[in-house]
Parts: sequence; C-alpha cells; structure tokens
Amino acid sequence: MSSISDVQIDHDDHHHAPPKGLMRWVLTTNHKDIGSMYLWFSFAMFLTGGAMAMVIRAELFQPGLQFVEPNFFNQMTTVHGLIMVFGAVMPAFTGLANWLIPMMIGAPDMALPRMNNWSFWILPFAFAILLASLFMEGGGPNFGWTFYAPLSTTYAPDSVALFVFSVHIMGISSIMGAINVIVTIMNMRAPGMTYMKLPLFVWTWLITAFLLIAVMPVLAGVVTMVLTDKFFGTSFFDAAGGGDPVLFQHIFWFFGHPEVYIMILPSFGIISAIVPAFSRKKLFGYASMVYATASIAGLSFIVWAHHMFTTGMPVQAELFFMYCTMLISVPTGVKVFNWVATMWRGAISFETPMLFALAFIVLFTIGGFSGLMLAITPVDFQYHDTYFVVAHFHYVLVSGAIFSIMAACYFWLPKWTGKMYDEGLAKLHFWCSLISVNVLFFPMHFLGLGGMPRRIPDYALQFADVNAIVSLGGFAFGLSQLIFLAVVIKCIRGGEPTTAKPWEGAEGLEWDLLPAKAPYHSFSTPPEVK
Amino acid sequence: MTRCIQLLLLLASSPAALAEGGMSYNLRPGVTAISQQVYGLHMTIFYICCAIGVVVFGAMFWAIIHHRKSKGAKPASFHESTKVEIVWTVIPFLILIGMAIPATKTLLAMEDPSNADLTVQVTGSQWKWHYKYFDYELEYYSLLASDQDEITGKRAKRENYLLEVDRPLVLPVGKKVRFLMTSEDVIHSWWVPDFAVKKDANPGFINEAWTIIDEPGIYRGQCAELCGKDHGFMPVVVIAKEQDEFDQWMAEQQQAYQQAKQEEQALLAMTMDEAELMSVGKQVYDKHCAACHQANGEGLPGVFPALKDSPIALGDVDAHIDIIVNGKAGTAMQAFGKQLTLKEIAAVTTYERNAWGNDTGDLVQAKDVAALKGQE
Repeated sequence: MSSISDVQIDHDDHHHAPPKGLMRWVLTTNHKDIGSMYLWFSFAMFLTGGAMAMVIRAELFQPGLQFVEPNFFNQMTTVHGLIMVFGAVMPAFTGLANWLIPMMIGAPDMALPRMNNWSFWILPFAFAILLASLFMEGGGPNFGWTFYAPLSTTYAPDSVALFVFSVHIMGISSIMGAINVIVTIMNMRAPGMTYMKLPLFVWTWLITAFLLIAVMPVLAGVVTMVLTDKFFGTSFFDAAGGGDPVLFQHIFWFFGHPEVYIMILPSFGIISAIVPAFSRKKLFGYASMVYATASIAGLSFIVWAHHMFTTGMPVQAELFFMYCTMLISVPTGVKVFNWVATMWRGAISFETPMLFALAFIVLFTIGGFSGLMLAITPVDFQYHDTYFVVAHFHYVLVSGAIFSIMAACYFWLPKWTGKMYDEGLAKLHFWCSLISVNVLFFPMHFLGLGGMPRRIPDYALQFADVNAIVSLGGFAFGLSQLIFLAVVIKCIRGGEPTTAKPWEGAEGLEWDLLPAKAPYHSFSTPPEVK
Repeated sequence: MTRCIQLLLLLASSPAALAEGGMSYNLRPGVTAISQQVYGLHMTIFYICCAIGVVVFGAMFWAIIHHRKSKGAKPASFHESTKVEIVWTVIPFLILIGMAIPATKTLLAMEDPSNADLTVQVTGSQWKWHYKYFDYELEYYSLLASDQDEITGKRAKRENYLLEVDRPLVLPVGKKVRFLMTSEDVIHSWWVPDFAVKKDANPGFINEAWTIIDEPGIYRGQCAELCGKDHGFMPVVVIAKEQDEFDQWMAEQQQAYQQAKQEEQALLAMTMDEAELMSVGKQVYDKHCAACHQANGEGLPGVFPALKDSPIALGDVDAHIDIIVNGKAGTAMQAFGKQLTLKEIAAVTTYERNAWGNDTGDLVQAKDVAALKGQE
C-alpha cells in the first residue's frame, strides 16, 4: 500500500495538510485540531459560566432582591458550577493533553484518533442540552452543582431529566478522553522515553486519567439514581421507601473528591514544566513529584466524607476522614517545596507564563491553607456551607486550575502558532487578573467567618460592604479575561514569527525537535530519546 | 456611581472602618465552652498556616528578588536531595499531629450529647423551623419576620434584616440542651455560630447536637444547606434567658397555648362573615402560601402551580381543605393542619376560592375544617 500512496501526490497532500472548511473540524482525527477545539470550547464555556457569575455578583452587589428571582438565582449558581467544572476546566485540560502529550512523548498522534473526535464532538451537545434546560417551564437545575437529594429528586423541576442526560454525555466524553490518554502514554512513547523520563505534565495526566476512569462511572450511577427516584418511583434517597438522603452525598462525594484532584493534578504538571523553564534550572525532586502526585491521587479516594461532617456521621468516621484529609497536605506541601527549591539559586525571568505560575504557587497554597483549616472537623462545623468554603475552592480552582491553564496557553502558544504573543498585553492580562481575583475571592473568607452562608440570593445588612467589594472584583476579573481573548487572537493573526525554542530554559521533545510551529503531523517517525 | 466611589474609598481605608458596619471579620468566640474551644482551634491553625506561609513565601520571594536573571544570577545545578526531602515530609507530618490532638479532643466533646437537661426537637421544612420542647407541652413554628417590601426594597430594611423571626426559640442558660434535628422535606441545616452548632436536618432521620449557653442574649443564625428557593430566608433566632425568666416565659406560653386551644373550640360555634374571612385569609396567605404560589396566585410555572383558575381552588371544597390540611405527598405542598388554626385554614381556603377572580362565592367556616379533620 505504501508504494501506491507514494506515487499519489493528492493522497500524500491529504495526509500532510489539513482539508479546508467546516468539515475539516467535524471529521478531524488530528490531535492538534481536536486539542484546539477543546481549548476554544472550554474558553466559550468559561465565558458562559462567567456570565452567570456576573449575574450572581450583580444580584449580591446590594442586599435585597434587585435583578433576579431566588429560583433563577439558584439556577445561576448551579449551572455556573456545572459549566465551570465540566465545561471549562476539564475540557481545557483535555485540550492541553491532546496538544501536548503526543508531542511530549514523541508520538505521531493520540492512540485512538476516531474516539478522540467523538469524545470532543459529543460535548457541545451535552452543554446545549444543559443550557436548553434553563428555558424549560420550571427552569433548569436549581439544586446546586452538588445536586443533593431530595432537592434534586422529589422537589426538583422536571428539567432534571435533561440535566441527568447531559451529565451522562459529559461523563462518556471524559471517560473516552481518559482511555485515550492512558493508551497513548502506555503504548506510544518514543524509544528510550521511559516512565521516569516522562515530563511531569504527562505523568500527572496519566494519574488523572486513572482517577477519571475510576470515578466518572460513579457520577453516572448517582445521576441515574436521581433520575429513577424522580421519575420511576425508586427510593434510593427517600427514607419513606427505605432509602437515605445521606447515601446520595456519600456516592456523590466518592466521585466528587477525586474530581477536585482531576481538576488540579494536570496543573501541577504544567507548573512543573514552567517553573524550571524560567528558572533555567532542572526541576527539583522529579521522582518525589511523581510519588507525591500518586499519593494525592490515592488519598483522594479516602477523604470524601470531609464534605459531609455536618450530616451526622459517627464520631469515629469523622475522625478517620479528618486524619486522612490532613494527610493530603503532606504530599501537596512536598510539591510546593519542590517548586520553591527549583527557583532557589536559579536565574529567574518573569515572562507571562512564569508570572501566572508564580501566582499559582502562592494563591494555590493559600487555598491549601484554608483547605487544611476546613479539614479540622470541629472548626469545619463553623466554616461548612459558608463563604469561607466558596473562597477556598475558588482559590484552588480559579487562581489554581484556571491560572495554570492560562500559564500553559501562554507557554505553548508559540509552539502551537509559530508566533509570539504580545508580551505587554499579556502582562496587562496577568496583572488585571491577579489583582481582581484577589479582590474577588479574598474578602469571601471574611464573609464566611462573619457568618454568611453560601448559595443565598440576599443577605443581612452587615455583609453589604464586603459583598459590594467582592462584586466589583468579580466584574473586573470577568472583563480582564477579554484581554486574554485579544492576546490569543492577535497572536494567531499577526504575531511575530518565533523560533523553535523561544524560552531559553524550556526542556522537552516539543522544544528540542520540532520547528517553531509544530507541524500538522509531528513525529511520524519516532525520535530516539537518550 | 457615587456608591462605587464610596466603596473604593472604603477599600482603600483600614478594615477597622469597614468593621463599623457591625460585621465580624473573624470567627466569633461565641458563648459556649465548646464554641470557645473551636475558636481557639481556628486561631491556632490560622497562626500555624501563617507561619508556614511566611517561611515558604519568604523563601520564594527571596529567590524571586535575589536569584533573578536580570541581576546576573547564574543557575545552580542541584536538583535533588533526599535529606532535604525527608525533612520537609516529616516536619509537616509532625505539625499535623500537633493539630490533630486538640482537634480530636474538641470533636469528642462536641459529639457527646448524653445527660441533657432539656430536649428540643428542631424540624426544618421549606422554609421555616419548627421547635418542639420534649419536657413541656409546647411546640411552634418560627418564620422569617422581614417582610416582602423590605426584600424588594419598597421600604427601608430594618436592623437584623433577614435575621429576625416571629417566634424565636427560647432556652435557659447554664443547662445542657439537646437538639434532635430532622426535616419534613429536603435537607436543611440548623446553624447558630455563637454555639458552634451546625447540624443537618435530614428528612426521615434524626441527628443529635447539644449546647450549654453561658450568657443570656439573642443569638442569630441561618439555614446552612441549600433547601430550595427561599433557602436564604429561613433564619434561626435563639433567645437565652436565666432559668427563672425561662420558667416564667414557659408558664406564659403554656397558658397561651391552652387558651388558644379553648378559643379554637369556641370558634366552632361562630360564623365569620366574608369580609373577616377574606382579610384574615389574605394575611395567612401572604405569610404561608405566597412564597410558592405567589401573592397574585399565579405560582411559578413548572415549579409551583397556580391557584388562580386552578381546578382545586374552583372545585370541590372538601378536597381543597384536605390538600391544605394534609399536603400532597411527593410534592413541595406541605401539610398545614398543624401549622395553622382552624380559623386560619377556613379563612385562607375562603381567600383562595374568592381572590384573583376565583369567584366561587364559597365561605368556609372553622367548623367545616374541624368536621373534615375529625373524619380522619
């Protein structure tokens, strides 16, 4: 067959240059095309979920009800959470995995390219269904992204069926993406690319993929139970039929806690690539980074009930979950120490990816501190379900996960486009984001400690001033992200051509062996890794 | 715009200026031995985190300032050290053990509700609390006292906006009070920050919690678990009184409780006219029904059904009373038989059958309700 294709020039072109038009994107099996689609989709969802956050912050700008009804407010908090978790953060990481893993391990593409196409293309339908449910009579999901039963069953609007269906599709997409990552990493490493030579981004994604395969089916199970409780007369979560509403929370958080590590482990990989690059020094403690990631992933399965300390568990269970949760800070601490040690006595420069990475380390650590505080059961009774928790998880998810995604985009944008972004504009984006994200989320700690519960559309007068500040920070953060869009478009359309290795200290096959713009097909012949 | 400028000024000024609004920026030490222990734990962990932060961020910023390329720094080549890595694994572990010991002690104390002097059952429902004293013959509902006009901004918000109820829970100081938490519909969570008590009220199950209040006073909290549309509008207010004042209050309440029961019987013989039924009915409706069915009777399509032109409000009177008294299983429609008096049920039924263009002309009397309740 190869002799035939050699003489057919058309066929040859077909393989080396992408076809034009819409069908290129619909039919593509190229990991770079699919990675780009994931990233653009994720950004669109980021803006959609962000718009909902703007509605929330507008309503909370002043006490009293000004703009929306409480029922619609609850839909906004719920769909904001679902979209940001399943639509923005997770697809962004899958997009980065698609773009980077084959280039990092010297593979020509993902192992299962057709499934790759499928796992992306079902996502827009999942979110179209979720968003459409907002327009149904009775409104969309209004029970929080954690959809605790029986609020999500007996007392839910009928649109819960659409919510369940869309979560099923998102889950299928995630599982297929995870299978692809595992198969690719296990089978398609270039000769000489042993496991302990893998870039940490690949390692963290490999572990993340196993977490995904372990817990997404649990999520699928629990939404199915919600569906049958609501529509088919089962009573998994209804005491009147022998069920238990707290059972829901156990199943949900058995998925939910590994899920939060799914949203942070790839960040660790990104930061572990960027910090050494701009410190011009090898990553400190590579092996301990791998072991720490694996330990965090393992521990993530035995800490789920720390989300449920107030549900009335036996005290022995509370103690177990408190101790295990506290333990997580050990491997997480190791990571932060390793990054700092990497910078120590390096030759550091501060391009935008590094700025985001540094902000990540500081702000993620602050989120880690509040996480440790939340682990202490007796005090958690006071923090639980207040704005202190909201501050905590936004510190790890926004100034953690999202900042790392921004850092990754700036870091690899030259390799993706062959052009350099506008450093001045990018720094403006960084500083606007850094300041506004803290004005937005830091005062939430005070609101929570002062006693403001989360998920309320209106609040007591004492919280008015701080909420107004938080809202201003929110609007500023939302607007700042439009600068990011401008930087990326400007780079694609008219960025300065760059070199194969625009970052002096960057390491890895993608910088060393590929030209400035990674070709549509890279590593058709595997490189030899020494 | 002026408000924005004011806020920016506030932002620039010290936190002390902000604190004038009365908001606490830290956890409250509270008024029980447990809440003070919890506060102590909170501060200890906070200071430990601060100390770790100073060390870690200190080292990081030292590197950022001194080891930067623009200052001519040359990168070192070290990239691992088993010794250092063991040190920074073991030290955090020891710090954690130091934190876990006091936390465990406090937790064990918090989870021991034995030997209580007084038991109160706390039942959440959408969106109110119900208190039942086990040691006395007294139970009642506790509803938000801020009105719709305050919420929508039609009139000025009073002090304690959203933190005021019509009938607070009253407890004696210095006594061990045990709470039994449960719910009639979705999960709620009963929280009073000053007691460091937050416990979920799960439908079909009973949770325990306890407190011993040291100081008399008024303590406010809120429902802490998302429980539907008006989750933000079901506050908790507890008044703690000295034992003798509590006994006096309890005696008055029980007398009033008995009196109300007698009046209820007397009412059965009386007939109310349409004007009175409609005026009482509107009050009851606005307080208990309007949250879901809306003040205009149109409900929220797809969530809460309309009563205007509805087959129930226009159909059989007894079926209408029945659904108010007993609720409708599997929906958010609660049973109001225990929450409302016979007179109130009669009035609100009449109101629903004659308001918003529902012109049935039916007048329902207390004895009609009593007759229906009696059949069960």
